[in-house]
Amino acid sequence: MWWARLLNVISGLFGAPTPVSTTAYESIQTVTVGSGGQASIDFTSIPSTFKHLQIRATARGTAAVTSQEQYITYNGTSSNYYSAHLLYGTGSSTALSTVSTYTTVNLMPRLVAASSTASAFTTYITDILDYQNTNKYKTVRSLGGFDANGSGEMDFMSGLWMNTAAISSINIRPSSGNFAEFSKFALYGIKG
Amino acid sequence: MAAGATYNPISTTTLGSAQSSVSFSSFSGYTDLLLVTNLTFSNTTNLFFNVNSDTSALYSNTLIEGEGTTTVSAQQSGQTRISMGYGGTTAGNRVNHYINIMNYSNTSTFKSVITYVANTPTDTLAQLGLYRSTSAITSIQLTPQIGNFATGSTFTLYGIAAA
Repeated sequence: MWWARLLNVISGLFGAPTPVSTTAYESIQTVTVGSGGQASIDFTSIPSTFKHLQIRATARGTAAVTSQEQYITYNGTSSNYYSAHLLYGTGSSTALSTVSTYTTVNLMPRLVAASSTASAFTTYITDILDYQNTNKYKTVRSLGGFDANGSGEMDFMSGLWMNTAAISSINIRPSSGNFAEFSKFALYGIKG
Repeated sequence: MAAGATYNPISTTTLGSAQSSVSFSSFSGYTDLLLVTNLTFSNTTNLFFNVNSDTSALYSNTLIEGEGTTTVSAQQSGQTRISMGYGGTTAGNRVNHYINIMNYSNTSTFKSVITYVANTPTDTLAQLGLYRSTSAITSIQLTPQIGNFATGSTFTLYGIAAA
């Protein structure tokens, strides 16, 4: 866009460090968990003006285990319309899994939790593709994991929500307990 | 409502001659960083990643790698840098690293780095790297384990700001 390029030139003249973006990638909403934790993260009122969504997360669970599962659901629906495949490495072995038993949720990268190294957080990048399309089931993919200096897991995941409805809300929750303080979930929209 | 466009290119370095390291230090104002490389080395060697010029044993990583017929997972703890995977010297076989430095300026958590490596001739790799410090990351250093980055290698840093 010509006006953005002009602003970049002007800001450059005054030494501004951040150029004006001309990209099709926009920040929609961010949730940062406060003291006491938070049972789930909800993104509601998602704009319909994008082609894809991306979640960039830094998260930790409060359950008294070294790591735990976390789940994502859409539009408040927890019927039997979810499936997932994953490929992961634990540092000593790799494994493949079809998580057909998780029919009410899609899995997300494993969440480091309270019994693991303090201040270590799971991080992941999740793409929700063509979320407004009402002719397709919805596909989600994630890349992420955690490392705790001697333990950890790296995950590739794909999930399917077998529903053609446009996605208007997203819920993310740990398998038990809360997301810990300082967990951060940022939702972005990508235009197409 | 969307909070605004982001994913800004911050800077690009294209090497006009072989160089033993590449650094970035001006990237304030974002939530995450993405560093994209397209490179070859003067020797077949590993790419090392440090932040804040810190070479104390605060780094670790867990990875999964595919080598055509096998998958491998490995882990390193108590390291003085994060190993980002091997690359070669053939100009046509460049290695691409997509290095996501998450929540880099917060001072409450250790810092995690999600890396995807495309090294087409030999393997593809994904890993989670950890820097066990709550300090904000203010600089990034990339160094070949042996020798130099080759002429023509490129390094592009992007900033992503959350609402």
